[in-house]
Amino acid sequence: MNVAVCVKQIPDPATPGKLDPSTKTLVREGKLILDDSDAYGVEMALQLVDKAGGGEVTLVSMAPNSEVSGLRTALAMGAHKAILVSDDALKGSDALTTAKVLAAAIQRAGADLILAATESTDGYTGTTPVQVAELLGLPSVTFAKHIEVDGSTVKVNRQTEAGFDEVECPLPCLVTVTAGVVEPRYPSFKGIMAAKGKPVEELKAADLGVEVAVGQQVTDVAPAEERQAGEVVVDEGDAHERIVQFLEQLKVI
Amino acid sequence: MAFQKVWVVAEAFEGKPLSATLELLTKARELGATVEAWCWGGDVEAYAAGLGEYGASKVYSVGDVGGVLPGVPVAAAMAEAVNGGNKPDAVLFSTGYDPRDIAGRLSAKLNVGVLSNVVGLAEDGTSEHAVFGGTTVVRAAFSGDTPYLYLVRPKSFAAEPGGGGAATVETVSVPDAGAANGAKIVQRHVEERTGPKLDEAAVVVSGGRGLGEAEKFSMIEELAKLLKGAPGASRAIVDAGWVPYSYQVGQTGKTVKPTVYIACGISGATQHMVGMKGSKNIVAINKDQEAPIFSIADLGIVGDVHKVLPKLLDALKNRS
Repeated sequence: MNVAVCVKQIPDPATPGKLDPSTKTLVREGKLILDDSDAYGVEMALQLVDKAGGGEVTLVSMAPNSEVSGLRTALAMGAHKAILVSDDALKGSDALTTAKVLAAAIQRAGADLILAATESTDGYTGTTPVQVAELLGLPSVTFAKHIEVDGSTVKVNRQTEAGFDEVECPLPCLVTVTAGVVEPRYPSFKGIMAAKGKPVEELKAADLGVEVAVGQQVTDVAPAEERQAGEVVVDEGDAHERIVQFLEQLKVI
Repeated sequence: MAFQKVWVVAEAFEGKPLSATLELLTKARELGATVEAWCWGGDVEAYAAGLGEYGASKVYSVGDVGGVLPGVPVAAAMAEAVNGGNKPDAVLFSTGYDPRDIAGRLSAKLNVGVLSNVVGLAEDGTSEHAVFGGTTVVRAAFSGDTPYLYLVRPKSFAAEPGGGGAATVETVSVPDAGAANGAKIVQRHVEERTGPKLDEAAVVVSGGRGLGEAEKFSMIEELAKLLKGAPGASRAIVDAGWVPYSYQVGQTGKTVKPTVYIACGISGATQHMVGMKGSKNIVAINKDQEAPIFSIADLGIVGDVHKVLPKLLDALKNRS
């Protein structure tokens, strides 16, 4: 079984984000890292391919400046190869354009199953995976908290507002995973060394036949209304009393 | 542009429209001359009047979708209507499990973009988005073809009835969506819930990494129960598998605006703050005085959750 995993390389979430004042798009300079949310899909793919007794895990990613740092992390976990689409023409592209690029890359790779995170940590639009599925004419199951493949069917426990649904879907299809679907491994030293030699195919949008047309623009950036810090109490064994008092004032108790 | 017609993708639970749906209808009423809703499921007739009361003049019912996930069939029916000439200027979706699927599908079918995580929407179609943990407001606008698709975060707008009458219900058939329509629900599991829903509760008590271990989340649940509130969680402990994703408050997760939000052992990553900084009152308990959560807390307790929470629980129990 061959699995394609959509992965995003993002600025480290630990460092504050910035918008470019002239283009009003996210500054994505410096080293990008593998989005934590994507480690779950990579791990799931590795386990499913292993269980199926063979096959390949292909990463597909779109990133500026031929960025591969995040891809190397996922390759070090065990993914076999990657397709990276890096093209200045794609700067500031919206989720649908991204989906067109990823869908074309997945088609090139060929896959029985496509995995993605439910949403990225930086942009968190959460629509790209389903747009990819629609562009490929495939069914999709979002918000998976458990995945099993049984022959040509994928069985998913899908998170819902009230609990979860057991969903069955024929392959090929796309599944988005939540954190906790599986515990991602840490890359081993051997994996890190091996990752350096794994193939990363770099493409432009035009190589995939994708036309870039962006139908939405950021028009304005402004600071939000600040919320002020209030009273701070250092606990000396009785701070709970202050909380009780506070809740009483608010008539919550 | 001024909107002439706005569609709202409506969701219901146990025969009642969700509050997120009523919020969207209220906003759509402010924006457009005509408001129409799209629904699926077997009980649309039961709540169509409720949609009408909030402004929908017509409800398109896709009906029972035959046990498949609704994303594909509902988007297919909507796209067919649009391509047949029944074209709204905008479609509003709430950021929920199924509406997000429908929005993604519809976007690709119609080749129009989606603006996600909308928290404000002006009459000219400009949307507002909170980024970087809610410290920055970004405004965005569409420039391409209509319909404009907006995925709106729940609680961005107030829900107010508009005194409209019952909406007329029009049944719409689902076009054949082929292989894409293959995701079938074989069994539903409703987890037992006591107390209010996370995004509707007047009190939310959330736990984070500072709790130290999964078992300690029981303190959060107990405190939430005593305050007739709902338990929530930071992304860190959801990712660690301590509690399910449905508990997550934040950018990826739920937006909550309770009367009181109590953050326990949560440092206040921007990811978390954007989902709760709209709370009316915020209490934070954290042992690190420098934790960012204190910058927005009305009452900040610098202390160990393992010491403060047990005493707080005892004090509250002794009152009742």
